Amino acid sequence: MDTRSVKTASPRDLSRDELAASLEWYGKMVLARRFEDEAEREFRRGKIGGYLHVYSGQEAVAAGFLSAIRPDDIFFTAYRDHAHAIFRGAAPGAVMAELFGKATGLAKGKGGSMHLFDVAHGFYGGYGIVGGHIPLATGAAYALRYQKTERICLCFLGDGAMNSGSFHEPANLAGLWGKQGLCPIVYIVENNQYAMGTPVERSSAVTNLAGRFSTYAIDNERADGMDFIEVRRLAERVVRRVRETGGSYAVELLTYRFAGHGAADLFQPYRTKEEIAQARSRDPITILEDRLRAAGALTDEQVKRVHADAERAVTEAVRFAEESPPPAPEELYKDVYGARDEDEKTGTRDRGNTGTR
Amino acid sequence: MAELTYRDALRSALIEEMDHDRRVVLIGEDIGVYQGTFRVTADLLKRYGPGRVIDTPISELGFVGAAIGMAMLGLRPVVEVMTWNFSLLAMDQIVNNAAKLRYFSGGQVNVPMVIRGPNGAGVQLSAQHSQSLEATYAHFPGLYVVAPATPAEAKGLLRTAIRSDDPVIFLENAALYGMKGEVPDSDFALPFGKAAVARSGRDVTVVAYSRMVFAALTAAEQLAAEGIEAEVINMRCLRPLDAATIVESVSRTHRAVVVQEQWKPFGAAAEIAMRIYEDAFDQLDAPVERVTGADVPMPYARTLEVRAVPHEADIVAAVKKTLGKD
Repeated sequence: MDTRSVKTASPRDLSRDELAASLEWYGKMVLARRFEDEAEREFRRGKIGGYLHVYSGQEAVAAGFLSAIRPDDIFFTAYRDHAHAIFRGAAPGAVMAELFGKATGLAKGKGGSMHLFDVAHGFYGGYGIVGGHIPLATGAAYALRYQKTERICLCFLGDGAMNSGSFHEPANLAGLWGKQGLCPIVYIVENNQYAMGTPVERSSAVTNLAGRFSTYAIDNERADGMDFIEVRRLAERVVRRVRETGGSYAVELLTYRFAGHGAADLFQPYRTKEEIAQARSRDPITILEDRLRAAGALTDEQVKRVHADAERAVTEAVRFAEESPPPAPEELYKDVYGARDEDEKTGTRDRGNTGTR
Repeated sequence: MAELTYRDALRSALIEEMDHDRRVVLIGEDIGVYQGTFRVTADLLKRYGPGRVIDTPISELGFVGAAIGMAMLGLRPVVEVMTWNFSLLAMDQIVNNAAKLRYFSGGQVNVPMVIRGPNGAGVQLSAQHSQSLEATYAHFPGLYVVAPATPAEAKGLLRTAIRSDDPVIFLENAALYGMKGEVPDSDFALPFGKAAVARSGRDVTVVAYSRMVFAALTAAEQLAAEGIEAEVINMRCLRPLDAATIVESVSRTHRAVVVQEQWKPFGAAAEIAMRIYEDAFDQLDAPVERVTGADVPMPYARTLEVRAVPHEADIVAAVKKTLGKD
């Protein structure tokens, strides 16, 4: 599948609101990209362990949707989650500290790159098993409506997640519940063309991923995911509909993962350098930059300042992560069970099974 | 005090918790219109409506996972699995999400949910519908694993489970649903991690849980006729495990037999026996004995099935072995 086959809407005048949002989110997208470049560098330096999956190339997807929801709305995503956290307001330092495994990280250094959480900002994680978060997001959407709120839930997922049972089962539930107005969720398929190293054509018998939601009576559409302004317009329309109806909806956004699947995916034998170069010619940051320039809203001077700000924020994030302490040894046994349960129900936690008596 | 069946004790806990806390919702297969395979949720759809008594498709991964998401948002879902065998379809959700969310989120998320249903062998249900999965789930930190034997325990532990801020694996037993027993009225709850001495005795400690408690009590009566006084400990809960009550008993009896319905290798009895060795080795006058199910998939033929699950006679024999009377 080629993202260029989906035509980007022709530039047109931006509303005042769109202009302000686009300028703000241009800065956030530049920051996220700079953050990911630095995370890859820190991984190579050995400062970040485990797995590292960067978001570069896909920024317009999360930015477009997260710029279109309310502060009390919530969202779930998989393990390619750094940009989502930063976009939603997590301090880059707290994100970097989590990657460094430090006590000041978003999850106190207990989750790492794949398990970023920022519940105060409506970010419910950060999941490492492909597709495993989709049922959670679906139930969370039910809870929001059960609680008689107008809040909605976004569930970001990859093209690779759509072939697992953990996609099909909750999608069926969302179809059933959505018909009754009880499931205000938007499934956002970030089709970056590859499930690890396997292209969509080789992993999905039907490559129109949006259309697969029709099986479960979930209305859906497919669009280009590289142009922030267009994604945001789509997101505002879809989010309004889901909020009003309590029905579920799905969007497939065509995008591209500029980096490998993870930091260890060095040689990428499943795709050519030419293909990557071609995809990079439609960089979402450049596309937004060009549109803002065309609208006369962005000067060279401003671009330079945005990049300098991002540089400074990321340098500061790394310094913060470096200087932060690791989790205290006693943190090992904290957060397994809630304090209330330990105190009132079990006396002291049964540590015998952990071999630490 | 009222005399209730195990089934009605469970049902009354659900009703009382749902009456006082709107966050409690029920979700599962055929729990509403059909009223529940074992009728634990009988009539609850009429009482609380389809928003709170949620009938689902046959889709364990989907509805267990959805319940986890509901719990993350502050609801207190009680999930019915038609039997625990079917929970294996949702194992990734239970193990990788429910059990670990609090930890890997750095304490930002609670998962206050109960997953309940019958565990263990029935009658001629064969290999796929007869499994005892307590040790499987008790292996994972972040879960509570509860196995009530009596109606009072069923009610008191279910109430504690619904009020827990962490996921609870609540193991019922199909053979016990019709059993009657006295259940305290009022706001009665039993703590997790506290075993009960079901029968006092000085000669040997027999440790059991769920249905096997009754096999142990019957064995104890037979032994008493021969002058052997067995103390029977009803664990009630496997995680956390109340090792202190077992050790206290063994330090008086100096002998122990552990009973479980499930397969012997890597089972609950192995863990309990090891805890006795770790904490009361010097007190033992004989090796700990295990009474377990046969290490085979459950056969269909009744004649074979009877041989595959533990019986009173096996417990009697194990007790006598610890006393050197075999």
